[in-house]
Amino acid sequence: MTPNDITKNAWTFGLALFLAILLLATKFIQPDFGISGLDSLSRAGLPFALATLGMAIVVISGGIDLSIASIMAVCGVTAAVLMQKSGDGAALLVVVFVLTLGLAIGAVNGALIVTTRVPDIVVTLAMLFVWEGAAILILESPGGATAPWLRDLIVGGVTIPGVPEDFTQWLPKSLVFLSCCFALIWLPLHRSKLGLMLYAIGSDQLAAFRSGVPVNRTRIIAYALSGLCAALGGLALTMSTGIGEPIPGPYLLASVAAVVLGGVSLSGGRGGFLGPILAVFVLRLVRMDLTLMSVDPNVTTIVEGTIMVIVVMIGGLIAVRGRNA
Amino acid sequence: MTSVTPPAPALSRTLSYLRSNPTIPLALLLLAIIVLLEIIRPGIINERWLGNTVKFAIPLGMLAACQTLTMLTGGIDLSVGVVATITAFVLATQVPVVGLPLGLVFALIPALLVGLINGFGVGICRVHPLIMTLGTGLIASGCLQVYQRTVIATGVEIPELLVWLGTGRTWSVPNALVLFVPFALIIVLGQRRTGLGRLLYALGSNEHAAQLSGVRPWQVYFALYSLSSLIASVAGLIDLGLIKTASLSLAMPLVLPSVAAAVIGGTSIFGGRGGYGGTIIGALILTVLGTLLTLLQMPEGARRILFGLIILAVTALYARFTEQT
Repeated sequence: MTPNDITKNAWTFGLALFLAILLLATKFIQPDFGISGLDSLSRAGLPFALATLGMAIVVISGGIDLSIASIMAVCGVTAAVLMQKSGDGAALLVVVFVLTLGLAIGAVNGALIVTTRVPDIVVTLAMLFVWEGAAILILESPGGATAPWLRDLIVGGVTIPGVPEDFTQWLPKSLVFLSCCFALIWLPLHRSKLGLMLYAIGSDQLAAFRSGVPVNRTRIIAYALSGLCAALGGLALTMSTGIGEPIPGPYLLASVAAVVLGGVSLSGGRGGFLGPILAVFVLRLVRMDLTLMSVDPNVTTIVEGTIMVIVVMIGGLIAVRGRNA
Repeated sequence: MTSVTPPAPALSRTLSYLRSNPTIPLALLLLAIIVLLEIIRPGIINERWLGNTVKFAIPLGMLAACQTLTMLTGGIDLSVGVVATITAFVLATQVPVVGLPLGLVFALIPALLVGLINGFGVGICRVHPLIMTLGTGLIASGCLQVYQRTVIATGVEIPELLVWLGTGRTWSVPNALVLFVPFALIIVLGQRRTGLGRLLYALGSNEHAAQLSGVRPWQVYFALYSLSSLIASVAGLIDLGLIKTASLSLAMPLVLPSVAAAVIGGTSIFGGRGGYGGTIIGALILTVLGTLLTLLQMPEGARRILFGLIILAVTALYARFTEQT
């Protein structure tokens, strides 16, 4: 790590530092905060982080995916319903099916954007309603079930046979799960031509097209990847709660806010993936601190919403200044 | 538009006429749905049914006015549902305490506040209106939850005037038309003939050009989003008189149809094209369509899917048209 790396990623480092300060503050507010607190924080942040990852991919490629929360709902309820019907053994098949479903839904979004030539924001708004309706059709009220081994995958701390439990117990499994997803999606993107093409169409579509980037195909792939992340998010939600929830949670606004706070420009082409993930945990931790201070949960929603709106507004202001400069 | 095309045969001339006057095919579509309804359930179309349809279409039509006006600048206002609900709920709970006039003032304050914040975010911070209004809507609904706790003991009173306005009829004509007809006239005429109305079209077709001609966009956005919130709050009051219960989700189900009504009515979601006349017919179409879907016993999920697909199909259609001309 050279000093150059640090200046280039100053925003991400700042966020990491801020997260550390917040963690210390949490310890200060609640002296009992420890392993279980870390675990519940990481488990609560998991679906948000996965949604944010998907949103970041699309935003970097110059689009936006408003349907992300609805896709999560569709995939979450599909997983819950299928797992209830099949036994534990078939759960792996269900997982594969749901991930494919997410990929397909995302690809449908992308294909519609490319073929209708209607802006992404309108298409994904319409698809938000479509997928939301689909989720309600699949499961009318919260229900379904999860295979126990899937739940074990993200609840509690890591235990490695042969290693003393105290040594690894502090590391939440959900964080390991997130890191695996992150590595599986981000590393190939980072190393391949596809990742470069995503940034290229995000910063200037025409220039990318003239340099030989298959713009339409890359956009569809970006949406498909975002759908895959949303499916992972929906699955994670079902895994941690044990049931499927057909009404989408507040993941759309939260993921946009985290993407902006994480240093990704809403006009596309700029930003990384680690920043948004750190931003998710910053936002979650703020919420957790408010809850620990026994603030009314509705007030917590207001504070959280206000923070997100302010973040988006500052992001907008920065984008305006960048354009003028 | 037509100046570059060579002298056209009668058919394409009719087509281009219909293209610039989308209200005519829309009215035909409305008639077709009504005829279909009469075929499915003979005898359903009578004076009473007409009155009821108009009554239920009015709050929807007013909320759709917010979408029409904001869409003319390329925006959207998703906070209208919450704003309408807050106004209705605050009025119903404040009237028993402070009386009607003061209650009305209290009820309009949050609406105006939301409108001003939206205007600030969109006009000055240049946040995308969709994200901005979604965020303020989230905050406002949090505030509504908190407010509800504080007034749990006061009881609810719905003023006679609102019930008369919302549900009453004179010679089988709904009383709400007393308010709606002048309102619609003001919007339709105001769009074309007042300075603000023309500024909306100017900003929507080319913001940069408008700015160069001396328009200060932020002022227009402030006025626009405040106006939109005020219209939404009046719609909420009428809806309160119609539904006759002060619930926390009074006007929430109307948000999606209000967007759909404006889009069906020929207002371009990209800005600069459209008008309120089409939106009114759009609201009527959706209300009649709602009756039809209820008759066919279509589940809620399928209804949302249908609305989403309608929005997508209509915008794609309009996008095709504008590309050709």
